[in-house]
Amino acid sequence: MSPETKPDFLINPEGLRIDGRRTDEMRPIELKVGVLKQADGSASIRQGNTYILAAVYGPRELHPRHLTINDRAYLRCVYRMATFSVPDRKRPAPSRREREISMVIANALKPALFLEDYPRAVVDVFIQVIQADGGTRCAAINAASLALADAGIPMKTLVPAVAVGKAEGKLLVDLGDEEDKYGGGDVPMAMLGTTGDITLLQQDGSFAKEELVEAMGMGVTAMKYILELQKEALKSAYTKKVAIEGEELDEYEDDLETDLGEAEIAGEEDE
Amino acid sequence: MTVYFKKREVVVPGELLAEGRYRSSMGTYDEEGKIYSALAGLAELRGNTVKVVPLEGVYIPSEGDLVIGTITRVAGNNWKVDITGPYGASLHANNALRRPYDDDISRYFDIGDVIAAEITAFDRNSGPFLTLKGRELGLLTEGMILDLGPAKIPRVIGRSGSMINMIKDKLRIEAVVAQNGKIWIRAPNAPTLDLAIKAFKMIEAQAHTSKLTERVGAMLDQELAEIKETAPKTTEIESEEEVESPVKEEPPEEEPVPVVEEERAEETATAPIEEPAEPKASEEEPAPAEEAKAAKDDDNKTEEVIEE
Repeated sequence: MSPETKPDFLINPEGLRIDGRRTDEMRPIELKVGVLKQADGSASIRQGNTYILAAVYGPRELHPRHLTINDRAYLRCVYRMATFSVPDRKRPAPSRREREISMVIANALKPALFLEDYPRAVVDVFIQVIQADGGTRCAAINAASLALADAGIPMKTLVPAVAVGKAEGKLLVDLGDEEDKYGGGDVPMAMLGTTGDITLLQQDGSFAKEELVEAMGMGVTAMKYILELQKEALKSAYTKKVAIEGEELDEYEDDLETDLGEAEIAGEEDE
Repeated sequence: MTVYFKKREVVVPGELLAEGRYRSSMGTYDEEGKIYSALAGLAELRGNTVKVVPLEGVYIPSEGDLVIGTITRVAGNNWKVDITGPYGASLHANNALRRPYDDDISRYFDIGDVIAAEITAFDRNSGPFLTLKGRELGLLTEGMILDLGPAKIPRVIGRSGSMINMIKDKLRIEAVVAQNGKIWIRAPNAPTLDLAIKAFKMIEAQAHTSKLTERVGAMLDQELAEIKETAPKTTEIESEEEVESPVKEEPPEEEPVPVVEEERAEETATAPIEEPAEPKASEEEPAPAEEAKAAKDDDNKTEEVIEE
């Protein structure tokens, strides 16, 4: 990439942004589930030029042992940026920013998970930013929540996330890198897909109260859209896995047998 | 009282599955009378109970489960056993050996040994405990272990054991199917073992399709017929003269299936080198339909018996 210069304007006279989007328009999002063979669950997200991989391992035995929580699983998120993910080489040592984002992502995802199902265990979420172009923490949450579902971790809902920012007095959904850098503020947020509870809300820059409220409204609309993309990505990945032959679709004589659950249920129905 | 999914539909976490007087069970959760999916998997309705069958997952111990594990550590009177999944199990010598036993229990089982054991206790506070007291339990010394993962095991067992019993009966193998996803197989000979593995892999690959028992049965029948064709030669070699031809794939001196021979003679007059491959190929085409039918009959019978 060429050395960066501040663009002359972030919103052109026609009201379009530097990459030609309208103010409430998101970048194209491509979600893929099950991209890594080694991981128990994985997903990738391409959101504009941002490209992120998320891998989930577990639930598994937690080491070091002193981190164990006796009544639930420990959610260990690690957000890392590749050295080549940004124009200037990112130094490989874990930075303060990466640690903060790791924590913030863990906190955003935690309310969606039934961690109490796996006491003393750990669920590892590794997020690797391959290419950064703004909005990485939100994209990371989008991918990580898919990877968690792919790993078969019980969860209440998927978690979509998006950043809404401000530039030249206008609110912009899904900030790109330049809008983030040269704009007037940035509000990343995440929510639970079913209830709409906000699990992540940060802000930099200054927003008037009304602006913030409006920004969140725009964010929620965008997140609802992302949620649909997430569902679609997960379903298409699993439908491929299941691959039921067409002619057999209606005949379920030889049904899916299940272990204990079934015996239990049968017993209770008899009563 | 509404159900929002089709039978065996792929659902994702947070998807509303049913509303009203339905019961939530595994893979689902209940929030104010609404049942949502907690997993990505296949939704099913049984009676008024909604559940989601996961396609993958780790092994979570449960009391009474049969598991196959590897001993990872010998600690005093305990063996630590890796049964896969997040929880390591321990087996106390009292539950494995008859007293008096040596102080050094590594004399009986040592690191790396593979055992079949039953889980006697597991709760949120204390890790799973194992016992070796019971039928089929103990050290596994021969055979091989196949790992399919715990999510596929219900399918391998089948309804009241229909699937595994069918495979055992048809192949005459010994097998232990453990809830933690491992299967121990001991077969009388290599072709049977290969066939058993093929059957289990088939179940793994097609775990979520219906009529699987029939198809696996048909596949086994067909493959068994092929083995039988080559079998006379191998047994002859084994029993009479092992000296003659160690490779069973050599062109047969005495053609075991005259019918096939004739067919081939009509079709082609190629070199005899092709012989071992050819009968198989020509055999495969007409066979499946009949055998599938036969297998279907078999299956129906067994199912009936079970239902009665």
